[in-house]
Amino acid sequence: MSLSTLFDEIKDPKNRPDPYPLYARLAGHPVVRQEDGTYLVSSHAAIRALLFDPRISSADLPPAKSPPTGNPFKDWILQPIKDEIVSRHRPLIFRDPPDHDALRRIVMTQFTISRVNAMKARAEAHLGELLDKRCGAREICVVEDIAYPLPVTIICEMLGVPREDEPTFQGWATQLATALEPDARHDEETQGQTRATFDAISAYMKVLIKEKRRHPQDDMLSGLAAGTEAGAMGEFDLIATSILLLVAGHETTVNLIANGMLTLLRHPHELERLRQDAERAPRLVEEILRYEPPVHFRTRKALADIAIAGEVIPEGAPVVLLFAAANRDPARFAEPRRFDPDRPDNQHFSFGGSLHYCLGAPLARIEGEIALVTLARRLIDPRLVDDPPPYREGASLRGPKTLRLSVDRIA
Amino acid sequence: MSERIVVVGASLAGLRGAEAIRLAGHAGPLTLVGDEPHAPYDRPSLSKHVIAGEFGAGATTLPNLVALDAEWRLGQAAVGLDAVKREIVLSGGEQLEYDRLLITTGARARSWHEPLEAALTGVFTLRGRDDAEALRGALARKPERVLIIGGGFIGCEAASVCRDLGLAVTMVDPGPAPLARILGISVSGFLRERMERAGVEIRPNAKVRSLTGEAGRVTGAILEDGAEVSAEIILVALGAIPNTDWLDGSGLAREKGALVCDSHCRVRDESGFIHAEIRAAGDVAAFPHPLYDDGLTRLEHWGNAVAQGAYAGRALVKGDDGPAFSELPTFWSNQFGLTIKLAGLTKGADSLAFVQGSLKDGRFIAAYGHEGRTIAALSFDCARWLPAYAAAIEARAPFPPITGAVDQLTRLGPIDPAWPVAQG
Repeated sequence: MSLSTLFDEIKDPKNRPDPYPLYARLAGHPVVRQEDGTYLVSSHAAIRALLFDPRISSADLPPAKSPPTGNPFKDWILQPIKDEIVSRHRPLIFRDPPDHDALRRIVMTQFTISRVNAMKARAEAHLGELLDKRCGAREICVVEDIAYPLPVTIICEMLGVPREDEPTFQGWATQLATALEPDARHDEETQGQTRATFDAISAYMKVLIKEKRRHPQDDMLSGLAAGTEAGAMGEFDLIATSILLLVAGHETTVNLIANGMLTLLRHPHELERLRQDAERAPRLVEEILRYEPPVHFRTRKALADIAIAGEVIPEGAPVVLLFAAANRDPARFAEPRRFDPDRPDNQHFSFGGSLHYCLGAPLARIEGEIALVTLARRLIDPRLVDDPPPYREGASLRGPKTLRLSVDRIA
Repeated sequence: MSERIVVVGASLAGLRGAEAIRLAGHAGPLTLVGDEPHAPYDRPSLSKHVIAGEFGAGATTLPNLVALDAEWRLGQAAVGLDAVKREIVLSGGEQLEYDRLLITTGARARSWHEPLEAALTGVFTLRGRDDAEALRGALARKPERVLIIGGGFIGCEAASVCRDLGLAVTMVDPGPAPLARILGISVSGFLRERMERAGVEIRPNAKVRSLTGEAGRVTGAILEDGAEVSAEIILVALGAIPNTDWLDGSGLAREKGALVCDSHCRVRDESGFIHAEIRAAGDVAAFPHPLYDDGLTRLEHWGNAVAQGAYAGRALVKGDDGPAFSELPTFWSNQFGLTIKLAGLTKGADSLAFVQGSLKDGRFIAAYGHEGRTIAALSFDCARWLPAYAAAIEARAPFPPITGAVDQLTRLGPIDPAWPVAQG
């Protein structure tokens, strides 16, 4: 097959277990036009250049459009207004400077490193509880039993979402995460579901924010709702931001933990070393991020013609930044297909880069490290039940749907 | 036979040069000569954190990135060169023979032209770590007022620190606005505003006629218009002079005091002969930059010392012709809460456009053009986009280089950068 339809292959679920040979075919072709006019960018250097190029926009979502209800008043008057509001107040990952910068500055006053560090003990305790619950079992699913519940609990706690609402949130988060997949945006059924979820979660957030204003606590939502030293957000931006914080740190961290455990089981020597020495966790997590990234690509839009790597990306063209391919670019990483936690200068793109660099990265690293160390210590003789495991559908947010391990016991 | 390589000048360019010499495979003797007693150290923080007292000058020692296995002659200045006998004379009278030589003697602060006034207690220049330590000590004693002579980078950064320390500052600037000679008045006006808001008293288009003193201590200065400024501390920040006096009589060619080099950092002598065995790098070297055709370029930038030092060190060992040294000049400065960054050189710019950001917020990128080509881009607190402009400058892109970008300033067409009238 030719490179001009490679993105279709990448998106094809049958390639989910191992998309890396597809990426390898892009070696020597840093920027490739697809038949539909999308540009695939795969080299480390080209992605880097585009991340820092002001002609690349993150505002690439199509305008919001509610599904018709049949009620003319709603369809012609109410919904278009709501759609307009939604389109104008996208979460900051879909915004450009200067709006993006103002929103991010405000978030950063609340997403502080001390709040993140305070989650260490919380994550350890919660993991302990999750494993205790499975005590006596001979089989465990890393995704269901560990990787899903941990991040949602942590982010809910940081935001200040009541614990009893966590299960509802998990469903919402999963639905909204699909909105990140490029095809989902144009698929009407998915769009409808996403919109319904968005409306439900917005309504919930509205109530919660009101509550936080009445009874502020030491959590991020209270801080954001009260306004910060970097300014205050309008109501719509506040809701969109809260939803983003909830969703973005969720599926991604699930993938980090599941991919991490899968990779360690495929490299048992590294699992054993981690069991002996928890100090190896930071290096391991960094290499897992490079080797099996939780987010394989993100999309952008060219605002003007951009000459890069011998190609010209024309104004208006959709651009796919294939982070997972750049992470294995032989021009940047020696022996890129080798899993090597001791790799020097491991500058992967798994948290993106430039102005949209993942603001939750420190939290993700902490959760990943603690989860892997704990699993390495407490799972006695873990073995993969399926290799490869079944994967979820997403090609961008790529990760196992389940990761079943048989164990001798849980210590 | 293993050749002897000597590096004269043990600062940033010399150290990175020496490392490149080893990386290029030179296994023979390597000697580094430095006039200061200190191991190579990093200068950018001297005019910021060190004089502010945030950390000591000792913390600026540069890390050694490559095992050098070198002989160090620190605290000994080179005082003479015989390029025919290939011999260097050190201040102690010792002679050092070399087969290949890297000259990285840098530059020194221009001192106050009247020696008796310059010798008054309380008069400072700021270039080395001892200067910074001394100035830090003086600022820590809370002087009533600090007078800064000169509106260049060192003067501006020192003024910023002084205001952070709560000290009254007067800046006597020979130009119409701080940094106007490098940025043009259209841009440096923003800096002047920022400085004045921070409480710096600026005397533009002014010169100091003489310094006044009492019992050996400086008490202030008299300006050319007769105005008096009283100050307990005076910082003379009038630029730097290349350190090439030690080459008097060597026959090596100099232009405005800098060593004349070719595109490969080889030095030339007065008869036009190219010495392939002598290369120069950093603040001391004037060289033809491929992007800037108009004569020789001399840069006092940290990034240039790193890149050119490494280039010259490698070229000295390899001896090949390879590609010319073509690193894009860049620098940065931190002052008054701002990060200022420049890519390229503004010299000769005939047009200026504010291309991104917000002038109201004092956060922008300005591009400089020369005859329709982009030659430089400046960022005031907007540096994230600078790499795209740097790439455009290197590609000799038309001016303005980038249109249709996010956060674009569209209403302002190209304007005059407004260069100050040349000072005598």
